[in-house]
Amino acid sequence: MSERRIAVVSSGLSNPSSTRMLADRLAAETARALRERDIDVQVDVIELRDLAHDITNNLLTGFAPAPLEEAINRVVSADAVIAVTPIFSTSYAGLFKSFIDVLDPDALTGKPVLIGANAGTARHSLAIDYAIRPLFTYLHAEPVSTGVFAASSDWGANADDVAPLSARVERGARELAEAIARKEPVTDADPFDPDTYLGKGKSFGHLLGGLAGE
Amino acid sequence: MDAQNSTQTAGMQFGIMSVSDITQDPTTGITPSERERIQAAVTIATHAEEVGLDVFAIGEHHNPPFFSSSPTTLLAYIAAQTERLIVSTSTTLITTNDPVRIAEEYAMLQHLSGGRMDLMMGRGNTGPVYPWFGQDIRQGLPLAIENYALLNELWTKDVVDWEGKFRTPLQGFTATPRPLDGVKPFVWHGSIRTPEIAEQAAYYGDGFFANNIFWPKEHYQRLIELYRQRWSHYGHGAPETAIVGLGGQAFIAKNSQDAVNQFRPYFDNAPVYGHGPSMEDFTEMTPLTVGSPQQVIDRYAAMRDTFGDYQRQLFLMDHAGLPLTTVLEQIDLLGEEVVPVLRKELAKDRPATVPDAPTHAARVKAIYGDGPAREARPAANRGDNLTAGSPYQDAPAPAGAAFGLSRKEA
Repeated sequence: MSERRIAVVSSGLSNPSSTRMLADRLAAETARALRERDIDVQVDVIELRDLAHDITNNLLTGFAPAPLEEAINRVVSADAVIAVTPIFSTSYAGLFKSFIDVLDPDALTGKPVLIGANAGTARHSLAIDYAIRPLFTYLHAEPVSTGVFAASSDWGANADDVAPLSARVERGARELAEAIARKEPVTDADPFDPDTYLGKGKSFGHLLGGLAGE
Repeated sequence: MDAQNSTQTAGMQFGIMSVSDITQDPTTGITPSERERIQAAVTIATHAEEVGLDVFAIGEHHNPPFFSSSPTTLLAYIAAQTERLIVSTSTTLITTNDPVRIAEEYAMLQHLSGGRMDLMMGRGNTGPVYPWFGQDIRQGLPLAIENYALLNELWTKDVVDWEGKFRTPLQGFTATPRPLDGVKPFVWHGSIRTPEIAEQAAYYGDGFFANNIFWPKEHYQRLIELYRQRWSHYGHGAPETAIVGLGGQAFIAKNSQDAVNQFRPYFDNAPVYGHGPSMEDFTEMTPLTVGSPQQVIDRYAAMRDTFGDYQRQLFLMDHAGLPLTTVLEQIDLLGEEVVPVLRKELAKDRPATVPDAPTHAARVKAIYGDGPAREARPAANRGDNLTAGSPYQDAPAPAGAAFGLSRKEA
């Protein structure tokens, strides 16, 4: 059984948080779907609320304090990301976007992402597709086609009987598990390895423009 | 080479570097004028020499609230008022300056300062500077690489034929004046995150400088390790023979609580990190040290544990609206209480294989030994750079030069 790692980014502001509840559902279901495919999975949950001050400081100073740096490293080195945010003023939470803003713009390239969002009513459900999905597309991440939106009512009375939250979670998780299974495990490319920044076997002469190098 | 003008510094060099910001003093509301701040920079530099520091470096900016758009003019003026101080930059923009102008201006500075100069290449962090100078910020790295390749050629070859991507081609071009004694100015390459720049510094056998101010020192550690390893890869010697410089930042008072109280309003309102992390958090995370001379000594004496023995340590001291009197007091404390101890501490157990900080005199000697250094004397100008090999008398004309124009013996 091979092992993969998923980073779950949850940007709810209250505690307990329905954003986190949705994130946990998505993570558990994805892990189950991967195990069905004989892939073991480790899940790292990153609660952005705990890092809110560090994220602001990173925006101001240009560097991540140690706890934030560790969280960033867990996200960018994961095989896939489950990103869950509350919808505020018809879009992702500011804290969520600020976290995305402190990532290297190339850090999520090619990474499978399952988007989740929650809000008071189902009238905000399209925010996933008009606000959050374009963000990940811009970053050249690979968000799976299903985004899972949970309204408050999804957690109890007046839930959607026809396509209940559990079925939507299951569908999104399956798509993410398939995306993970299709890819080779992520390997960390050391940015300070000459093979990484010059290209394998190349030398400074190549940077100088078409020279043969050594 | 005028030995009198050359610095006698051995081992490590210590000095100050300035961004050239003109910032309101948050405690008084006073903003110095450009005239006041430029004069202050001269006073600061000459005072640095008076208290025994070795280097004064100035940044390059092309927008308010900075004054240093023309570093070589300022540095030449400072060099004329000092005898021992090395003047340098922090940094010279290799991306948006024409490399031909860099070659000319800094060679001129080298002559006027009697070799008491070097310079640090940087890409700059002000986005609009690129379009102001007709460049595209997305080409920042390719510009840094190509422009420096040309600059290096202009300093090392009397006649340059050049074609690149970013600049008008050159045919038979000679950058004047030729470097003093035929030895190009020493170059540091500064970078805070880019491995390609560490690679570039290593490739040319130049120095590498880590700003070591804004980020935790571990960020720079990886770059310097890479630079040392690639220095060795390109055949310049063992990793510990590479030439490393570090920035740093301190605010000093005899009593550490006084330092904290005095510096806090400047920290809290500083353009770069103000209104962000607390001063306590920032001093813990980065090399900024606010405290007694001993605290600064302890922090900076330990830098070599992270980076290996190195050649140059510069401190940022005049910024964030600190008034000139305070800056001069800081330089007194640095020069009289901190640096003498650091010199001793860092000389202890320094392996003999670790080179001394670069000076023009030592570099001339390395090339010519006790023999005479080059004196570039132009031949009679016939506009024949293209055909006769070199416009200088000491360069032998190539055999069979075209059209029989090879020079007669000078």
